[in-house]
Amino acid sequence: MSETSTTARAQILNGIRRSLRRGEITGEQRQAVEARLARPPLGPAVARARLAQPEKVALFCQWAETNNATVARVAAPDVAAEVVSFLARNNLPARAAMAPSPLLAGYDWDSQKMLSLRQGRGEANDQVSVTGAFAGIAETGTLVMASGPDHPVTLNLLPDTHIVVIRESDIVSGYEEVWTRLRERYGKNRMPRTVNTITGPSRTGDIEQAMELGAHGPRRMHIVVVRE
Amino acid sequence: MGRAQLMESTARDFNDNVDHALADPNLQDSLAKLKVGFSERRRQAAERLPEFEVLRDRARDIKNHALANLDFYLEEFERKVLALGGHVHWAPTAADARRIIGELCQSMGARTVAKSKSMVAEEIALNEHLEELGIAPIETDLGEYIIQLRREPPSHIIAPAVHLTKDQVADTFLEHHAKLGFTKRLTERNDLVAEARHVLRQKFLDADVGLTGANFLVAETGSSMLVTNEGNADLSNTLPRMHIVLASIEKVIPTLEDAAVLLRVLARSATGQESSAYTTLNTGPKRPGDLDGPEHYHVVILDNGRSAVLGTEMQEILRCIRCGACMNHCPVYGAIGGHAYGWVYPGPLGAVLTPQLIGVEEAGNLPNASTFCGRCESVCPVRIPLPKLMRHWREREFERHLTPTAVRQGLALWSFVARRPALYRRLTGLTNRVLALFGRAEGRYRALPLAGGWTRFRDLPAPPAGGTFHAQWKKRRP
Amino acid sequence: MHPIFATAILAAVSQSPSPTSRPRRVALFVTCLVDLFRPSIGFAAVKLLEEAGCTVEVPPLQVCCGQPAYNSGDRATTRAIAAQVIDAFEGYDAVVAPSGSCGGMLSHHYPGLFDDDPAMKARAERLAGRSYELMAFLVDVLGVKKVSARYDGTVTYHDSCSGLRELGVKEQPRWLLETVQGLSVHEMKTPEVCCGFGGTFCVKYPEISNAMVGEKSADIAASGADTLLAGDLGCLMNMAGKLQREGSAIRVRHVAEVLAGMGDLPPIGEPDRDGKWGGPS
Repeated sequence: MSETSTTARAQILNGIRRSLRRGEITGEQRQAVEARLARPPLGPAVARARLAQPEKVALFCQWAETNNATVARVAAPDVAAEVVSFLARNNLPARAAMAPSPLLAGYDWDSQKMLSLRQGRGEANDQVSVTGAFAGIAETGTLVMASGPDHPVTLNLLPDTHIVVIRESDIVSGYEEVWTRLRERYGKNRMPRTVNTITGPSRTGDIEQAMELGAHGPRRMHIVVVRE
Repeated sequence: MGRAQLMESTARDFNDNVDHALADPNLQDSLAKLKVGFSERRRQAAERLPEFEVLRDRARDIKNHALANLDFYLEEFERKVLALGGHVHWAPTAADARRIIGELCQSMGARTVAKSKSMVAEEIALNEHLEELGIAPIETDLGEYIIQLRREPPSHIIAPAVHLTKDQVADTFLEHHAKLGFTKRLTERNDLVAEARHVLRQKFLDADVGLTGANFLVAETGSSMLVTNEGNADLSNTLPRMHIVLASIEKVIPTLEDAAVLLRVLARSATGQESSAYTTLNTGPKRPGDLDGPEHYHVVILDNGRSAVLGTEMQEILRCIRCGACMNHCPVYGAIGGHAYGWVYPGPLGAVLTPQLIGVEEAGNLPNASTFCGRCESVCPVRIPLPKLMRHWREREFERHLTPTAVRQGLALWSFVARRPALYRRLTGLTNRVLALFGRAEGRYRALPLAGGWTRFRDLPAPPAGGTFHAQWKKRRP
Repeated sequence: MHPIFATAILAAVSQSPSPTSRPRRVALFVTCLVDLFRPSIGFAAVKLLEEAGCTVEVPPLQVCCGQPAYNSGDRATTRAIAAQVIDAFEGYDAVVAPSGSCGGMLSHHYPGLFDDDPAMKARAERLAGRSYELMAFLVDVLGVKKVSARYDGTVTYHDSCSGLRELGVKEQPRWLLETVQGLSVHEMKTPEVCCGFGGTFCVKYPEISNAMVGEKSADIAASGADTLLAGDLGCLMNMAGKLQREGSAIRVRHVAEVLAGMGDLPPIGEPDRDGKWGGPS
């Protein structure tokens, strides 16, 4: 760290302490803050999403549709066929960029001879992407994407149409359970580089406050919920 | 630090700004929509979530806790960012932040910077600085893009172009996009959105640096958290080789659990959405094996006068999470729009924050131009007592003799009388009789000496004959 | 339910809480605008309070609650005036104002003026705990359920800001208005949006105030009501003045006047065509 930045850092932190009329926090106060950081208190529970799993899944689907996504609920063997059928229904080419994820690889893509899949990151001219989701949030119909070699962020953003495959068991009540699952998967204090939580297609209300879909990200979002 | 390092202010010309705003039919059309739309959508969203009020209490408590331990959480945040290969820069002033960001861009040999909407960047007039360095800042939020083309400041913190009509946007696009081959004047909103998407997509791909603000900095994980609807911030922080986060000190919160509470009140208060389309956590640069993402991740933490607000009677304004609900519900904002406030932050938020950041001498009108109707406080997701804070500014102005002389003299005279009940009775008795006498034919006054502020726009009701209440009471119940 | 039973139940309910627990000795905080511009509101308040079983007194040393100074940032003057009010209103069971704005000043803002003076703060808190806006006092404290008044007209009700947001006055006046014979309520679209009065605001920023009250008057007119009611004279004078400048025939009155059966008085800002202000009865 350069000398100016060390000074600047001290200037800000000392300014804060001066205003708060104390020095660096120590002793019991510090222990209390560290304990809070280590074991974060939960916020007030949101009742509407505290449901048994089947109702939770239903609530997820309902909110996702309210937020302008489309939803299909299929069994695992039918995932690939649903993707092809969705593309056909919407007059889209049977061609997609797919996340190189082991989970997605488990579906029977070979059964769909017409479908051309390219594994890799999203590119500017991609029309369709297919990705998995780390989790789904029933409370708001939100999808949670964790970045990594198996899930490039660009697939969530660049294509016009984003198809997301999510297992029923990955649908949880609220953010809090997502954080727990992230900590379990990636280790405490070690987030994936990017966590995108996405609720429906891209949108903007910047012209006369009227919602228009497809601002910069996908114009269309299709969620394939895999029955288990 | 000079004013030159900040966005130029016209807050001093508040009264002229108001005259222009009230006479601008396009603005008035836009405001008519805003007044109904935002407040109705927020009300419905709040009603759909029975826990909303409890969440507001908790949101307030979380921000209070974070502010009381701000130094600790900032250091914790920094530690986590560094551990993951990111960098943290501390900027006590606007000038420091501009210099740091300029140098980072130059280190990448940047020609263009893809920017996602950041009010802090507006505050420090970052675009002007980058342009001076020969670097082109490209605003990618649709609203910010529109006003950048028009060379206007934002008029709202979450809807920067809310003052414009569709037709004005169409004219602006035609003027600026014709050279790119878009020579047809568009009339539909979705066509305008599509054209902007097309033009900006290439700019994202070409940008060397992406610059975003942050809604929250999460100390627990060292993550910057950003909430948008368009996805522009995500493209800004994914496609370019360097991602710079510019955030002010009060954005830091302890943990992800705290973020969950704040997110639940943020979108509902702002747009009435259950959730914004994109909420993104970025933690450090691209990791080994990643197929995309920025190689460099920098966070610039700006103070710019905020640390001095801690521990003062104004501290509560630092809880603000920039949802815009206070301006959406403010009848004064609804009458005059955002530009009249003359600086980055309009509405009740601006009325409290602007005097703090650019000086009460410059922005003294702002905290005075309020009826204290309290609607802002009643919708604030973190329960900031905005009218109380505006009143504190008025007290400071009064103490420093910044209150206009006519107001001071009137107040001094009134207070002299009001503190002498017997004198007060005689004077009100006289006034009552005179007003009743000369007003008896019409029951009201169309004009009255010394009451021009009132009678310019409305009649003044005359008191009826019979004397003041106290005079009559004395007669009836001696 | 048979109407007779309904009336009986209503009468029984309107007795509670029991008369003995009611604050009996009530001081009226007249407010300076009512004193100067519309004394009938004060007399209407007295009538309503007495009908509900209170003894009403008007402390003679009262002047103003201090809001003009308070909202102009003059804390020293505000404290001096507040101290004067605290002196004048010591010892009553309750202090009632026919205004949410002045009532709110006494009940919500006085104690904070004396943070550095524990003795005064304690007195300010005692006053604050006993101070009420008239509608809230009648309904929430005295348990008044109905009034015996008649008003032939369609009214729309504006919720004045301090009463609504500081004191929670919203349903109370509407409940009582429902019991006025001949009266029906037509709500305007946004009864909770400020009318633009704001005390000194309306003369410090007349253009903004005008834009706000202009919007309010349009909302009032669109309600189709022939009468506008509210609980604060400042707001009423502002809206009446605007409506009359626009040539509107809508009558403007304080809600207490209508509830007290004084709805035949000339409306605010109208001349006394029938000699109603003949002097004290």
